[in-house]
Amino acid sequence: MPVSRDDVLAWITAIASVLAENKNYLTELDAAIGDADHGANMDRGFKAVMNKMPEIRDKDIGTIFKTVGMTLLSTVGGAGGPLYGTLFLQAGMKTAGKMEMTAQDWAEALEAALNGVVMRGKAEPGDKTMVDALTPALSVYKQAIAEGQPLHIALQRSAEAARQGMESTIPLVARKGRASYLGERSAGHQDPGATSSYLILNAAAQTWKNSA
Amino acid sequence: MKKLINKPEDVVREELEGIAYAHSDLVKVHFDPNFIVRADAPVQGKVAVISGGGSGHEPMHGGFVGMGMLDAACPGAVFTSPTPDQMLEATKAVNGGAGVLHIVKNYTGDIMNFEMAADLARAEGIEVEAVVIDDDVAVKDSLYTAGRRGVGTTVLAEKLCGAAAEQRRSLKEVADVCRKAKELGRSMGMALTSCTVPHVGKPTFDLPEDQMEIGIGIHGEPGRTRLPLKSADEIVEMLMEPIVSDLPYKAGDEVLLFVNGMGGTPLIELYIVYRKAYEIATKHGLKVVRNLIGSYITSLEMAGTSITLLKMDDDFLKLWDAPVKTPGLRWGV
Ligand SMILES: Nc1ncnc2c1ncn2[C@@H]1O[C@H](COP(=O)(O)OP(=O)(O)O)[C@@H](O)[C@H]1O
Ligand SMILES: [Mg+2]
Repeated sequence: MPVSRDDVLAWITAIASVLAENKNYLTELDAAIGDADHGANMDRGFKAVMNKMPEIRDKDIGTIFKTVGMTLLSTVGGAGGPLYGTLFLQAGMKTAGKMEMTAQDWAEALEAALNGVVMRGKAEPGDKTMVDALTPALSVYKQAIAEGQPLHIALQRSAEAARQGMESTIPLVARKGRASYLGERSAGHQDPGATSSYLILNAAAQTWKNSA
Repeated sequence: MKKLINKPEDVVREELEGIAYAHSDLVKVHFDPNFIVRADAPVQGKVAVISGGGSGHEPMHGGFVGMGMLDAACPGAVFTSPTPDQMLEATKAVNGGAGVLHIVKNYTGDIMNFEMAADLARAEGIEVEAVVIDDDVAVKDSLYTAGRRGVGTTVLAEKLCGAAAEQRRSLKEVADVCRKAKELGRSMGMALTSCTVPHVGKPTFDLPEDQMEIGIGIHGEPGRTRLPLKSADEIVEMLMEPIVSDLPYKAGDEVLLFVNGMGGTPLIELYIVYRKAYEIATKHGLKVVRNLIGSYITSLEMAGTSITLLKMDDDFLKLWDAPVKTPGLRWGV
């Protein structure tokens, strides 16, 4: 079964609840190497997205993603706002008009999303940002579907790759974002944005368990 | 956490409501999206100057809206850069037909949000220039990193650009004033204590009684290094030497010396800082021709200070001395 519009809505809802649950955790990660706001920012953004739910419930996947992106853009602020806003807007462009997504559609949406984040923030893998979680998540996902794996397996591997990418940020010295001001002191801490990216992708793997 | 607040989530809105009541003669406050404009905006034929950033740095930026300084300020959540819709609406509200200058502090979030707003405003036919201030010598500049933070020079640039705009200089000329301030200003800061973001409820970092953070920004974040606490004179030396040795200062230069409090440091201590900073500047052959002393760009209730040097010339002196009438800075009127 491809990913239906309702599956997408369920994913958005799952993101909102996992970010609410992890609000303090994300903020603590950000307190160590940033300014202690990432959890609150993301939670505020996805609470606003949940308020938009009634008006997007009967829309196509592209419109849903675009609405999520625009809402994040106008409510999150900080670095997370434009980056996650761009991520969902780009995914929305790729899925415009679609009522369901195949495994290939998701590969294209995720690729566009990651490219959008890189275009906006100009971070490379190894800079200690969300790009460190998103990049392996995309490549592992693409590899899995190239091997002919069903969507839910590809998603699980992708989420696992995001988790490893997130953990790989711990020893890194930040070169982008606020953490870069700390220089060497940023090493030894997990990047908050890579962590929220993992949580978001893991929510997809959890929600789309029956998709192929 | 002990704070004079009602609910953490209402802090910014209630502050803005207070500003609206207190300064209705000078500014107008808009809600959803949040921004502050000078009461007589838009001023026809004048370049409009806008800045913005997270809240928690008061009086910057909202306190600098008014005649001779900013036309609008966009406050984000505490320590979180504002969103593009705020800057877009503020830009439209103050555009008097001569273009709009965005003064942006060099933080990834601020840059991206302001860039998106500028793109949207240009798409609506408004001429926008943006200048990014990055004056913090504590951060080593590099092609591969986010670069230096924007700190104290921002306040000075807002004053100078506001004065240049009042003289009806063109958008390019006002932006040139800002670029020159960015080139000629250098800052460095330190913290004696951390600060507590209202919705977090506890200090951003633990700082023992006998330790200090050197090379901090303005978001309650830890600095470049943590060191044992020293005397005021030794601390000022640790801040002044990297500033003075970072070009563009040389003996004989005229400078403005700005000693800023981070929010929790009393004026009595800031004058002790000023005393030593003045002596060090003089020892290096710099002539302190203007100064600013007080808490103007803060990190909530953090105790600590930042020092900014700005190289002055005749034009900068005239712009600095020009009348200004804002809630946070006022002279010549
Ligand atoms: N240039 C960038 N490219 C990609 N991601 C970035 C960049 N700068 C910062 N980030 C991500 O944003 C996260 C911080 O987000 P947030 O706390 O919301 O913003 P801010 O740093 O403005 O407070 C970082 O942990 C990092 O993953
Ligand atoms: Mg942050």
